[in-house]
Amino acid sequence: MVKEIERAGIPVVHMCTVTPISMTVGANRIVPTIAIPHPLGNPALSPEEEKTIRRKLVSRALEALSTEVEDQTIFEA
Amino acid sequence: MSYRVLHYINQFFAQIGGEEMAHVPPELREGFVGPGMALHTAWNGEAEIVKTVVCGDSYFAEHEKEAKAQILEWVKAEKPDLFIAGPAFNAGRYGYACANICQAVQEELGIPVLTGMYEENPGADLRTRVLMVSTANSAAGMRKAAPVMAKLALKLMRGEALGASCEDGYMNNGVRVNFFEKERGAKRAVDMLVNKLNGKPFTTEYPMPSFDRVPPNKAIQDLSKATIALCTSGGIVPKGNPDHIESSSASHYGEYHIAEIDHLTSDKYETAHGGYDPVYANQDPNRVLPVDVMREFEKAGKIGKLHDFFYTTVGNGTAVASAKGFAADYAKKLVAAGVDAVIMTST
Repeated sequence: MVKEIERAGIPVVHMCTVTPISMTVGANRIVPTIAIPHPLGNPALSPEEEKTIRRKLVSRALEALSTEVEDQTIFEA
Repeated sequence: MSYRVLHYINQFFAQIGGEEMAHVPPELREGFVGPGMALHTAWNGEAEIVKTVVCGDSYFAEHEKEAKAQILEWVKAEKPDLFIAGPAFNAGRYGYACANICQAVQEELGIPVLTGMYEENPGADLRTRVLMVSTANSAAGMRKAAPVMAKLALKLMRGEALGASCEDGYMNNGVRVNFFEKERGAKRAVDMLVNKLNGKPFTTEYPMPSFDRVPPNKAIQDLSKATIALCTSGGIVPKGNPDHIESSSASHYGEYHIAEIDHLTSDKYETAHGGYDPVYANQDPNRVLPVDVMREFEKAGKIGKLHDFFYTTVGNGTAVASAKGFAADYAKKLVAAGVDAVIMTST
């Protein structure tokens, strides 16, 4: 799906936990996330701490979208 | 004396549980478990499964280093004649685990390996490194897959030469072997051409490689003026799943209006995805689709606008061709709506 969005001319960032699969499907901008069933959250934390992590991850994704890339790039947190 | 085999399976096939148990770390059991029986029976005493490694799919994907280290230690101690994994059919994380643990065993311990899965499984990306049998896309294909895997396994253990991929049932691994064809090249080429002209099936002898890569688009220059859309394969839908998006092998996607929504609440949204434990996403759907944080960033002026619609489907055993079609379709809508960038989340 990321490839089709990219093909339509829109930059896209893929946020996912298993980044090798994201590489396989051909995402160009990739941000690794926390866990498969809760990529952008962590139920072990308090709601406030969880939101802080989510802000951090989404900010990283926005940074990825504002960064020029030549090839598939993983934006580690 | 019969050949000794170590088998790798996931928590589901070991009947520990489904997604709610996908986090279990590897354990070692005596003898065969679950699908191992079919292989064991097919070998008819010539080979036997001495031990079975069971590992949760999410555990392997999220703790790959630890899982590999532990399993390699067990395989090393057992010194089997063959390490066999799966078959994983179209289970993505399971296929990924099977292919990667096989590769580790083969490369680090020099023990022959074999796995099996559906051609579109992400694990099949390693087909040129790990020998894998091509299977159906669901466990209903077990009866067909087991004898093919069992036969190929025996060949490997006996040290026999493999036949062509189409003869022995493994996925094309890119290895070419010289041999004499019955017919000369010119005749085979003309036969192919005649079949093609008559609309009959024919098989090329030299398939072109397909590199479907899309080059990255230009970065966003000014986030504070950009409209950004959220999309997901994690199955977030309005409560009750009004468009009936299937929990696996989705046949369509959903488009939902979120202009007045500050954050997704558990009484109004849930996940329709059948391929991961839904508890955490149902408690707080923002853990999969971060509407709350995006809205916050929009109010703070960090981004121009969160797009009024989000696009969602279930990426669980969904055919690549379907997923491609969904996104090609909604990407047109995104372009028409003037969306500047997309955040896609996956589980």
